[in-house]
Formats: sequence, structure tokens, C-alpha cells
Amino acid sequence: MSDSVASVDSLKSKAPAKTIGDITVPSPVFSCRDVDVFYGDKHAIKKVNIDIARQQVLAMIGPSGCGKSTFLRCLNRMNDTIVGARVEGQITLDGQDIHDKRQDVVQLRARVGMVFQKPNPFPKSIYENVAYGPRIHGLAANRGELDDIVNQSLRRAGLWEEVKDRLNQPGTSLSGGQQQRLCIARTIAVNPEVILMDEPCSALDPIATARIEDLIDELRESYAICIVTHSMQQAARVSQRTAYFHLGDLVEVGETNKIFTNPQAKLTEDYITGRFG
Amino acid sequence: MNSTNNTVMKSAAETQQQVRNSLARRYRAERRFRFYGFAAVSAGIAFVVFLFGTIFAQGLSVFQQSYVKLEIFYDPQAIDPAGNRDPDDLVVADYQALVRAALREEFPQVEGRPNLRELYGLMSSAASMELQRAVTSNPDLIGQRQTLWLLADDTVDMVLKGNVSRTAPEDERRLSDQQIGWLSALEQRGDLDLRFNRSFFSNGDSRDPEQAGVRGALIGSLLTLLITLLLSFPIGVGAAVYLEEFAPRNRLTDIIEVNINNLAAVPSIVFGLLGLAVFIGFFGLPRSAPLVGGFVLTLLTLPTIIIASRAALKAVPPSIREAALGMGASRLQMVGHHVLPLALPGMLTGAIIGMARALGESAPLLMIGMVAFIVEVPQGIVDPATALPVQVFLWSDLPERGFVERTSGAIIVLLLFLLVMNATAVWLRNKFEKRW
Repeated sequence: MSDSVASVDSLKSKAPAKTIGDITVPSPVFSCRDVDVFYGDKHAIKKVNIDIARQQVLAMIGPSGCGKSTFLRCLNRMNDTIVGARVEGQITLDGQDIHDKRQDVVQLRARVGMVFQKPNPFPKSIYENVAYGPRIHGLAANRGELDDIVNQSLRRAGLWEEVKDRLNQPGTSLSGGQQQRLCIARTIAVNPEVILMDEPCSALDPIATARIEDLIDELRESYAICIVTHSMQQAARVSQRTAYFHLGDLVEVGETNKIFTNPQAKLTEDYITGRFG
Repeated sequence: MNSTNNTVMKSAAETQQQVRNSLARRYRAERRFRFYGFAAVSAGIAFVVFLFGTIFAQGLSVFQQSYVKLEIFYDPQAIDPAGNRDPDDLVVADYQALVRAALREEFPQVEGRPNLRELYGLMSSAASMELQRAVTSNPDLIGQRQTLWLLADDTVDMVLKGNVSRTAPEDERRLSDQQIGWLSALEQRGDLDLRFNRSFFSNGDSRDPEQAGVRGALIGSLLTLLITLLLSFPIGVGAAVYLEEFAPRNRLTDIIEVNINNLAAVPSIVFGLLGLAVFIGFFGLPRSAPLVGGFVLTLLTLPTIIIASRAALKAVPPSIREAALGMGASRLQMVGHHVLPLALPGMLTGAIIGMARALGESAPLLMIGMVAFIVEVPQGIVDPATALPVQVFLWSDLPERGFVERTSGAIIVLLLFLLVMNATAVWLRNKFEKRW
């Protein structure tokens, strides 16, 4: 215990540690180089380098406050909305810098969808929740197409059978797990390339969690998925690749089964074996 | 060490006894507090009942007014001696003579100038005005006979309503014994009665209590508030949305925020002076106009609406904003589609408070001349007008007994106006209210 505390303290003063493991993947969807995030004076993310692969789930784990959510929010520039937040370094989506002046933030968020920790359906009907994205982006030419998109999205999110008879009821009338699947349906309705998930199951019971995990596994066929999670079992179950963050550093990246069976970094091993975190 | 421990540590029984003692004290304090609360609420209710009781007791009688039934002969000799039905002549003809002739017919035994003058004094000057209106709109009436209920003088009205005693000594009332006798005679014949007071709702102000009505003030208030609402709600909500959702957080916006809060506390008469100097003095807008009144009350209500709207915007959960932004909504779409609908009930509450305050304001309106004696009912937003609270203030100052009930009557109308306005706003708020 005292051992790990000492290592935490020593890390604070040190320069950014070199990430252990292979940060690159062939033909990445996202490629992040030397990403720094500052909240005012606080250096929340330190020189992070990582590629994100297509049709794969990347799990981000680490103790609270390690910067994994902050990093996730860099990918669709949600940090723009936080007063005093500053992002430096290069993040490219399909080879194009997302901080480039030519990159429209609205378009970026249509390509990179996000599911939040707490289910946050709009206080509108189930139908309107799913139809909202296609509507603002002009994806459906008429009502029939919109109906199809809503239908497809709800089916892919595994929610159609449960809500097909009450599409006009408020989205907030659903259970927590259903609400989260509604949020996923809402996200895939705009057909994004990447889906970011910020602890999507932390407010759900084990049964609802299992359904979401199954869903993530299915969605991997079509999308790149980044998931932040506090549950190492979840990371092991759903992801193919895992990144371990610690106090703003990306400590280790690797294939999930390797990270969990044979971590290379001492910090990763301590965290995975439950010595702190 | 041991000895000190012994004095501090107590047995379980002792501790329990102390807890019991303190429990009793806590319960006593709670009972006392409940009693204070109950007493305060009861006192409040008693005052409200007393207030409304007095207002209604004094004011309800205004909805009825004394009318005298007279058989009017539209004598061609009196009103159209030339016989050519010239509208210009008909307007200025002596309709008073028709009323007087009808009164003489009613009481043929009355003779002598002083007695006749007393007899004519029973009727309001509004009676001849009504005949004039009838004839000018329909000249065919000339030469015909018609039985009409015509407005009696306010002195008659006061006696009939029992506000002035018939048995009081003659020098303590404005009607003579002779006039009281005629009243009783008219009453016995069924020719004098309290009927619905239509002139109270159709007339503007007047020096004669029986002719004075709230219509001018009511329309004036309505127009003024309409302008206030049309200006202050969009501007207030727009300012709140900009400050809360779009403006950068810096020293300038801090100063603006502090000043909006300060403006909400500025005495209303200061806004009246500002309106006088800016709108009337500098821009040369008309005095006494609902337009200027609306501008001034807009300045007055804006801070209230902005503060309430900002609070309502702040209360919208951030998760909804994140959801909208995460879906790729622009900032304006996020506000327009999600934040504003959720904040609207709170904004409406702010608007209700602001408008209710604006409705009750008289001080700033005094400054811009909406306190003038205006007989005509305003037809538009630049016509001279007054407002209900100002009308209450004006009437409360007049000596005639008839204005006492009119003051209370105007207050009742004002309260009803407020009630209708608030009920509408509450209905709107419930309609827009959503849960999340």
C-alpha cells in the first residue's frame, strides 16, 4: 500500500512517462499525438499518444481523476464547452485535424457520437429522441424515411420490441437501462463513425449492464467504440484493446487480454490487481 | 487521568436521562415554532379577509346605479324648431328641456323656479346626453314618445343605496326634505330603482360620480400592459439567454450582471423620471400615452424577467445540454430545441411577477402624465390615457360620497384584471411544464 502511494507521489513530479505498449494500429480512425489538456492551471492530460482502431472497442481504465473522461471528451471536442479548458497537440480523424479551422464542430459531433454516464434522453417522446439527430442534420427527406431511421436505430439498439407500441410516450418514462439504450439508438441514428461512451453502465443494474455490453459487442461490427469504465471486468468483457491512464499519463496500451494477464507497467499491475484505485 | 475520566464518562442511565431532557426541550421548541407559524398564517388570512371584505363591502354597490323611469316626448319644438333634421343642429339642441318636461309631467303640482330647480336636480346631466345620442343616431325619434330608464343624480343614488340617511337632519345631507319626498313618491310608483350600472363599464372618468366609469382606465392599463409584455418578455428572455448561454464570462458581463440586480431594486418613480426625460423630453413622444407608459414599465419589469429567466436557464440540467451538443446540435439549436422549452415555465413565472408589478405601478405613470383627468376612452396607444391604479388614486382623493364606492369598485376591477392575468399565466406555465 505504502509502496503504491510512493509511486503515485513520485509520478507527480516527473516529466510525462513514456507509454508502454504499441500505441499505433493499422489505418486508425483517430490518431492522437502529444495531446495535452489544461483546466486553467491544472494539467489534466499529459502528452498522450494513441491510435484508435476501426471496428474495435477500446477500453480506457484508470483511477478516478486520471483523465480518461477528459481524453474521451477531446475526441468530439466536448471540452470546448468547458470554460477554461484548453486542448493542445494533434488529434486527427481519418487524417484530418479536428482542431483545424475547416473542421466544423457540429459536423465532427455528427461523425463522433457520444453516450454519457447518466442516461440523458431529451424530455420528448421516444420517437422524437431518436429522430432529433437525423432531423437537425437533414438526414431524412420525408416522414417515411425518418420513420425508417427511427425503426432501424431502435432495432439496432435492441429496444424496438420493448417500445414499438409506445413511441409517443416520453423517453424519460423508460427504465434506466432502456433510457441508456435509447441514448445509444439516438446516437447511431445519425450513423456516426465513432461512438464514445463515458461510463455508460455506471448507473445501471447488472442485468441492464449485460444488455448494454452485448449491444456494444454487436455495434463493434460497424463502429469504432471508445468506452471509459471503472469496472475492469467490463473492460475485459467488451474491449479488444485497453488503455490504462494514471494522473493524466497514458501509462500502458495493449490488447485487452495481454493487459489483464500480463501487464508490463508496475502501475497497471497494481491497479488491475486492486492495490489502489 | 483516571479521575478526570470518571467525571467525564457517565453511566448509560445518566446519558439516557440527559437525552430525554434534551428531547423534551427540542419538542417544546418545535411546538413553539409551529404555533408561531400557525399564528402568523392565521393573522395573514385574517388581514386578507378583512381587506377584501372592506373592499367588496364598499365596492360591490358600484355595480348598481339609480335610474329613474321617465316618459320622454321628443318634442320637435324643443330640439328641432327649424324642422330640417340638420345633424349639426341636433347635436347642440337643448335635450335638458326634454328631461325637464318629463319631470314636470311626473310631478305636475310642483311650481316656482326654486322648487323646479330642486326637481331637475334629481337627474344626472348624463340623462340629456343619452337622449342626444339616441336622437343623433336615429332622428326619426323626433315627435315620438318613449319610456326610458335614465341616470339619476349621485345624491339620489347615495340615498337609495342607504349611504345617506333619509331621516338625517336636512342640513347634513345634500337633498332637501322636498326632494326626499319626491324620491319616495317615485319609488312607490316603481319609477325609481337600482339597475345594473352600465355607465361604470362604458364611461371614462368624470367629475360627476354617477357618470364616472373605469373603461378609460381599464383600456389604458390594457394597452400599457400589452406594450410592456410585447417588449419586456422577448427582450428579457433574449438578454437572459445571451448572458447565460452565449456571453463570455469576463469582467464586463460581471458588471452587467451586478447592474441588472441593482436595477431590480431601483424605486419605480426613478424609472418614471427616466421615461419623462428620455421618451418625452428627448424623443418627443406624447404625454399621458400608453405607449410611453409601456416603455417605462418595460424598463421596470426587464430586470425581474431577466433575473427569473436566468435562474430558469440555470436550472435546466447540464445533461440535457451535453446530450444536445453531443448529437451535433449547434449552440442555438441546443438552446432553442431543448433548454428554452424546459426553462419556459420559470420564465413565465418571472413574467407574471413582472407584469403583476407593472399592473400595480402608479408612481412612474404619474411622472409621464398618465395621471391627467381624461374623459375620453383611449382608442389607441398614443391617445391620452390613465391606468387603473392611477384612477384609484385619483378617485380616492375626491370629496363626493359617490367616489368612495367607485374607488373600491375600481380596486375590484384591478384585482379581477390581476386574477385573470395570473390565471392565464399559470395555465400557460402548466401547459409548457415538462418533467425530466
